[in-house]
Amino acid sequence: MISRIGALLLRYLYLYRRSAARMMAVLFWPVMDLLVWGFLTSYLERFAAPPAVTFLLGAVIFWDVFYSAQQAITLSITEDIWAKNILNVFVAPVRTWELLVATSLIGVIRATVSAGALAVLARVFYGFPLFSVGLPLIPFYFSLLLFGWAMGMFTMALVLRFGSAAEALIWGIPFLIQPLSAVFYPVSVLPAWLQTIARALPSTWVFEGMREALATGRVGVRTLLFAVLLNGIYLAAGAAFFGWMLGRVREKGYLARLGMD
Amino acid sequence: MATSPPSAAPTAAIDIRALTKRFGGVAAVDDLSFSVATGEVFGLVGPNGAGKTTTIQMLLGLTTPTSGAIRVLGMGMPERRFAILQRVNFSSAYISLPSNLTVRQNLRVFAGLYGVRRPHSRIDELLALFEIEGSAEKVTGALSSGQLTRVNLCKAFLNDPEVLFLDEPTASLDPDIADKVRSALQKRQREKGLTIVYTSHNMREVEALCDRVLFLSHGRAVAQGTPAEVIAHARRSSLEDVFIDIARGRDSGVESHDGVEEAP
Repeated sequence: MISRIGALLLRYLYLYRRSAARMMAVLFWPVMDLLVWGFLTSYLERFAAPPAVTFLLGAVIFWDVFYSAQQAITLSITEDIWAKNILNVFVAPVRTWELLVATSLIGVIRATVSAGALAVLARVFYGFPLFSVGLPLIPFYFSLLLFGWAMGMFTMALVLRFGSAAEALIWGIPFLIQPLSAVFYPVSVLPAWLQTIARALPSTWVFEGMREALATGRVGVRTLLFAVLLNGIYLAAGAAFFGWMLGRVREKGYLARLGMD
Repeated sequence: MATSPPSAAPTAAIDIRALTKRFGGVAAVDDLSFSVATGEVFGLVGPNGAGKTTTIQMLLGLTTPTSGAIRVLGMGMPERRFAILQRVNFSSAYISLPSNLTVRQNLRVFAGLYGVRRPHSRIDELLALFEIEGSAEKVTGALSSGQLTRVNLCKAFLNDPEVLFLDEPTASLDPDIADKVRSALQKRQREKGLTIVYTSHNMREVEALCDRVLFLSHGRAVAQGTPAEVIAHARRSSLEDVFIDIARGRDSGVESHDGVEEAP
């Protein structure tokens, strides 16, 4: 089991090491994002209350945690489809949960590297004290990882079922979730009916909680509990959906077609 | 002469009973039964769309059968998929390995997936067997199709499989490389008593390599036996002629001659 998960991890790490495009996705694009938002916040500081500005930088870094986790899971599988290697993986003695664990671990590594680099740069360029807030933010970091895994499993299942037709969802789903998650603004600014939908997402509770933690230095227990509870539901649903879809894909013969077309 | 499928020999590496796969209203594989003995090289042949690839996909657990039973190494597929996949392997001309990894990196990853002990020496041994030691540190995407085929075969031999599924392994190879690949396969098969299920459109290759062949057409078995038996009973001079008859729907007699062990 450890050998197989280790081998899958090795395969995905090789991929990052040998692909400029993948490395850019881990560091270059998030850093560019941070710079744009950082300079914008520097400008806004002249007009806005400082906490609001701090929230924006925190949101950029935290959003990247979710995005990296979701992308890492989905792209790991998609890369094997592009490389026509997916059948080699599925005819190897790899259990579905081992595949999910390996891709999730890649998500942790990618999110940690990316968010860590952003936090350092935010400190250097803008004096944003993410590390000094420290411990209160850790539960929210893990909560976003879990939600990233859940969404990664949904996306991966759709890619296995619909192939290249679903590839746009790899990048599209995070940006469908972003406006509903109140990443850059409080959930209260959304219309009432949209707030109901937003509160059904763990990410909304995370970003509300992050703003509270940045403002007060304390974790809102109720906020965190909602995030954890919803993450549990989404993770269970994501895993069940992936398992169900894999069964359908095997039944319909799509897996073989995906690997050979 | 339609006969009942023979009951599986105790040493059968593969046993398929009444296997059917329908996609919508179309039967890709239709009530197929056959057995492959341990140590046998078994050719699964037929025109495009005959059901060969679907059959192999079901044997590997990639596609779920609509009905029927599959046993590989005495275990039911897909119920024992994990246990079976540890002891078999697969190579196809139509799949590849990640192109931006070196040959050694790719093989190291799969050695880990198959739990190979001492992977480095195993990889070196296989690279030598298929005469591609010089490509070990090359990026896989830079290999010629002949080199890539041999790397795929190295991957397929990593776990020292008891059953090997080869889907047109020599397609797109020049005659020299194809011959080298066949020789390496035969050498390994004889040394290890390996069971091989082989698909190919190259009937000369099938005649040379396979102990028995099964011809499929429209998902059904139309003839099986040793290559010589199938040729003799079809009153043809080669398997290629039999293939053409089947592909063009001519009655070559392969379905109704005494002596050929027919599938139902």
